Amino acid sequence: MTRLRAEDLTLAYDQRTVVEGLGVTIPDGSFTVIVGPNACGKSTLLKALARMLKPTTGAVYLDSEVITTYRSKEVARRLGLLPQTSIAPGGITVGELVARGRYPHQRLLKQWSEQDELVVTEAMRLTNVLDLADRMLDELSGGQRQRVWLAMVLAQETAILLLDEPTTFLDIAHQIEVLDLCADLHEERGHTLVAVLHDLNQACRYATHLIAMKPGEGIVAQGDPSEIVTAELVEEVFGLPCRVVPDPETGTPLIVPLKRQRVSVGVAAG
Amino acid sequence: MSAPVKIRGRVVRTGGVSFRVHDRAVVVCLALLAAVVGIGLVTMTTGDFELTVSDVVKSLVGQGDGASDFIVLTLRLPRLLTGILVGAALAVSGGILQSLSGNPLASPDIIGFTQGAATGAILVIVLVDGSMVQIGAGALVGGVATAVVVYLLAFKQGVQGFRLILIGIGISFIMLSLNKYLVTRASLTDAIAVQAWQVGGLNGRGWEHVQVVGAAVAVLLPLALHFGRRLALMEMGDATAKGLGVNAERTRLALIAISVGLAAVATAAAGPVSFLALAAPQLSRRLTGSAGAGLFAAALMGALLLTAGDLAVQRLFSPAQLPVGIATGALGGLYLIWLLAHEWRRGIAR
Repeated sequence: MTRLRAEDLTLAYDQRTVVEGLGVTIPDGSFTVIVGPNACGKSTLLKALARMLKPTTGAVYLDSEVITTYRSKEVARRLGLLPQTSIAPGGITVGELVARGRYPHQRLLKQWSEQDELVVTEAMRLTNVLDLADRMLDELSGGQRQRVWLAMVLAQETAILLLDEPTTFLDIAHQIEVLDLCADLHEERGHTLVAVLHDLNQACRYATHLIAMKPGEGIVAQGDPSEIVTAELVEEVFGLPCRVVPDPETGTPLIVPLKRQRVSVGVAAG
Repeated sequence: MSAPVKIRGRVVRTGGVSFRVHDRAVVVCLALLAAVVGIGLVTMTTGDFELTVSDVVKSLVGQGDGASDFIVLTLRLPRLLTGILVGAALAVSGGILQSLSGNPLASPDIIGFTQGAATGAILVIVLVDGSMVQIGAGALVGGVATAVVVYLLAFKQGVQGFRLILIGIGISFIMLSLNKYLVTRASLTDAIAVQAWQVGGLNGRGWEHVQVVGAAVAVLLPLALHFGRRLALMEMGDATAKGLGVNAERTRLALIAISVGLAAVATAAAGPVSFLALAAPQLSRRLTGSAGAGLFAAALMGALLLTAGDLAVQRLFSPAQLPVGIATGALGGLYLIWLLAHEWRRGIAR
């Protein structure tokens, strides 16, 4: 029994089919990371899992029911999404933004209960943004802002979190900060995380379950990164000749591209 | 467990009811309300025939004399109420569109809804010489039809703000030409009636206008406020709003329908009052300084701007009866120039 899975998914933008006949199961309690080269459909798959994209065929199942049969707010109480880009509303404070994450739990006359306050406080503590509560969102740095958006999604109190390239616009230190936070959420709070990541080494380091996708073929491998990530797989999926060595820090697979092959080109000197 | 976080605003909790209010927004709303009441009092008491506040109150409760009853109940009150209702309707209509498109330029008079409503109303005036209710219905049909065309043309995997505005501007000019053409085909009396109506004004507005706009506002304003929270979430982008449990497509359609309805009926009653829908929500937003669509404050600001504008044209240019649309147009034009220059610097008007 897993809470989130998809069967026979065909996903397309307008007429262009991106993935076809794809089935996937997200293990409960896993930190699942989807990787693959550009245009392999990894973000598209995540969008479908988050019911942002309507499949041409097949369906996404949440708790054994087709996800589209639930009311929008009901899904939002079970599954949270951090999209690739969100628009920061003008004139909003950090606290107000995180509080918006409580929307699926609120009703017309009950818009700010003590429970809401507690959950928002906890979400802000976990993401280390409590001190920023009264700051305006547009004054923050990129890394701080991403933690605030994450806090908003956490305030939804969902067991499942979907993160679409959560590190894209961040520098390396902030990337690690956000990923460490995700790992904490996974390990200490038992969230099921599904993230799309670009960096294969980061994916191997943080994922407990890795899904590798290839354009036109869908999922080519999935499982524990230590078991499935090999030089052959990386070459097959990304077309990158490489060596895979143990990460000196964590022991997880580390992809090291082969050094440039000197191609002798007949260039006349001078 | 850490102490509960303090979030800007005042927490109100009684029984099963709980919410957060932003002090400054409350103060601004109260101030706007007081200003509307003040303008209302001045409008009711001053003019060619001066009345005291007690004369006005007596007439309102049915104990006035014949002359002041006529002035208060037949001349000044319906005009004032039409102004309040039309101003509120236009401001909310504009506030919704600006919030949905994430662009301060979006407003029903810029993206063609108002001109489309005018076409519907002109057709009713010219073809059937219709009553106020029929003109209102014509404006509604014209506004909705135009909105559908704009929406469909702007639709490309959802409706994106700037595309909506550019297509709306195009449609707006087509409707404007159509309106001009209709006037040339009309009889002289109809043409004069249309022309007077087209500038936008509150001259000679009676209870039939109050009834039509009042009914529309009574239904659509609460609906708009109800959708206001969802609208605030939609400002963060469709994906984020959907993630939080907002059905983005359905909410957008409902809000556009509300916006068109309000703009069309307001236009039917007072003609195409320019720039009010554009400026009022922006001004109230700057005053309250709070996030979210702030439709209630926008409604009050719209009511204030239109009634104040109407009072100004009545008194400053008396005895000439200048339509309030000329005043809002002149002021709004200046505001638009400032807004464009400002947005350009911030690099938003892309």
